[in-house]
Amino acid sequence: MTATEAASMAYHPAEHHRFEAAGKRFLYLVPSGAVFGLSGLSQEIFDLLENCPLSREELTAAVLGRGYALEDVETTLDEMEEFDVVSSGRPKKTFPSLPEEKFPLQRIVLNTTNQCNLACGYCYEYSDDKIAQTKNKPKYMSDAVAQAAIDTLVSESGGRSQLHVTFFGGETLLNFGLMQSSVEYATYKAGEAGKTVDFSLTTNATLLTEEIADFLAEHRIGVTVSIDGDKELHDRMRVFHSGKGSYDVIAPKIKMLLARHRTNSIGARVTLSNGVREVRRIYDHLTQEFGFQGVGFSPATANPDRLYHINGTKMDQVLDEFAELAWEYRDYAIKGGRHYFTNVSDTIKEVHLGISKAYTCGAGLGLLGVGTTGDIAACHRFVDSPVAQMGNVMNGGIDHETRREFLENHHIGARPDCHTCWVRPVCAGGCYHESYINHGETAASNLNQCDRIRGWIDLCLRIYGEISIENPKFLERFDDN
Amino acid sequence: MNSLQPLNRKARKLAETRMAETGDVEALQQKSKKHGRVYYPLGCTIAFNPGWEVDVSGGTAGLCAPVERDLFDCYLGCAWPAQVPDHVSNNPDWTSKCNAAANDWRNVDVVYP
Repeated sequence: MTATEAASMAYHPAEHHRFEAAGKRFLYLVPSGAVFGLSGLSQEIFDLLENCPLSREELTAAVLGRGYALEDVETTLDEMEEFDVVSSGRPKKTFPSLPEEKFPLQRIVLNTTNQCNLACGYCYEYSDDKIAQTKNKPKYMSDAVAQAAIDTLVSESGGRSQLHVTFFGGETLLNFGLMQSSVEYATYKAGEAGKTVDFSLTTNATLLTEEIADFLAEHRIGVTVSIDGDKELHDRMRVFHSGKGSYDVIAPKIKMLLARHRTNSIGARVTLSNGVREVRRIYDHLTQEFGFQGVGFSPATANPDRLYHINGTKMDQVLDEFAELAWEYRDYAIKGGRHYFTNVSDTIKEVHLGISKAYTCGAGLGLLGVGTTGDIAACHRFVDSPVAQMGNVMNGGIDHETRREFLENHHIGARPDCHTCWVRPVCAGGCYHESYINHGETAASNLNQCDRIRGWIDLCLRIYGEISIENPKFLERFDDN
Repeated sequence: MNSLQPLNRKARKLAETRMAETGDVEALQQKSKKHGRVYYPLGCTIAFNPGWEVDVSGGTAGLCAPVERDLFDCYLGCAWPAQVPDHVSNNPDWTSKCNAAANDWRNVDVVYP
């Protein structure tokens, strides 16, 4: 055996991220997404290999000197190799495979209108970073287009039994009539195909009425309300075209909705921007004043030149507040209580399931967006844009060739920037729309966010580790679906 | 699996796969995970089903073909009439205190002809 061959046969730690929680050592394995606890023998073996690669004989000799039985060493080493905690031979990168041809559709997002009664400064549909081209296009989606979209969803859903339709805008409730007819049509068409369908709605809440709330409750429609906190913070960006803030209009309507609609979840979605960054204050207001049982935060998608863009230092402060809330989530979880910070619960769910993504999200894969013309885009953010288009529901349906090309270009295997990053099983490169706004290219990785994403996932891993030690039963809620 | 503990669901699946590939047949002897429920084994027993085998809890109810199942198959289903008292003429009340074999089998007493 040559020296090179000997070196290549030596054991070395497999790709991983190490973290500690409650005084214990853990490994997050890449690319599997499996989390293992290390102790005793496995920890000693791992520590030795982290210092330098060793052959099986060298490793066994080193550990036997510390008082372990040969059989235990052999078994533990076999296990560690089998679970890809350590590996021998040359390191090899493996990536999830490309999806099957005509990947079955699960969800369709109907951009029911490209009009909005608000003029939020950061909106990606209307602000400086707008990419949608809506000139000379219908302002409202017609029943014919919505029905063709639903037909596409059903016919392209393959063996899936549970389908989903999301109503989006503009302001969705400007076209409430379409929503009513579409719910009826989709339920009928899905039933006809032996499938079920459920619905969700994103709204700015300005047009909510008791009748609408009752309709949402009757059809178990999940609702996401866009709201940015208390009056002072909310009214900084979420304003009517006149410039007047919308908080006073929506506050009583949201309370009415939460009181009347209890058949599905109603969550708050906060868009953080340069003037709206006080995470704790916003969270407390939305959970205490309104009683939201799910509050998610997302920084506004913005080119760094925009005034509402949150710069690096300020973003770090935002993440400090995220961390504070996340630790609070941990405290609640250990006591078996409920905490409503969905950024952390969503991440912990992905960690718990050990998700290893081939794609950042379902865009172009199980999810498609449809605009008022019937044009199909990878997701709602690309509706009416010049990129990520893939057919028209009124004219030939999904363009499978373009969709395939999109999926090939956006696969984790086609993103070399991500290939050395331990967080890729969860991140997989980041939002295509963010990439397009920041780098002009949908398939570019969001490299400006990498450190923060790694920091956030590391934090959630530590919290996950602590909960799994202190109150493992809490995590059972993430086992289903 | 001692010093390397699977934590999340993916890790547990990996570990279970390994157990399935390398483990003993003890999986067959595990009791139902749903505690507090009477375990009713279904299906037939194999011939010469041994009464000496025990499951992980030291009882017999978790075996793939437990003796309690055998008991009722023989007593009512008359598959093995020679092994148990007959319920038609001589011992009609033999299992009257045994509503659920897995729980109450101790109430089934020896019969002296």
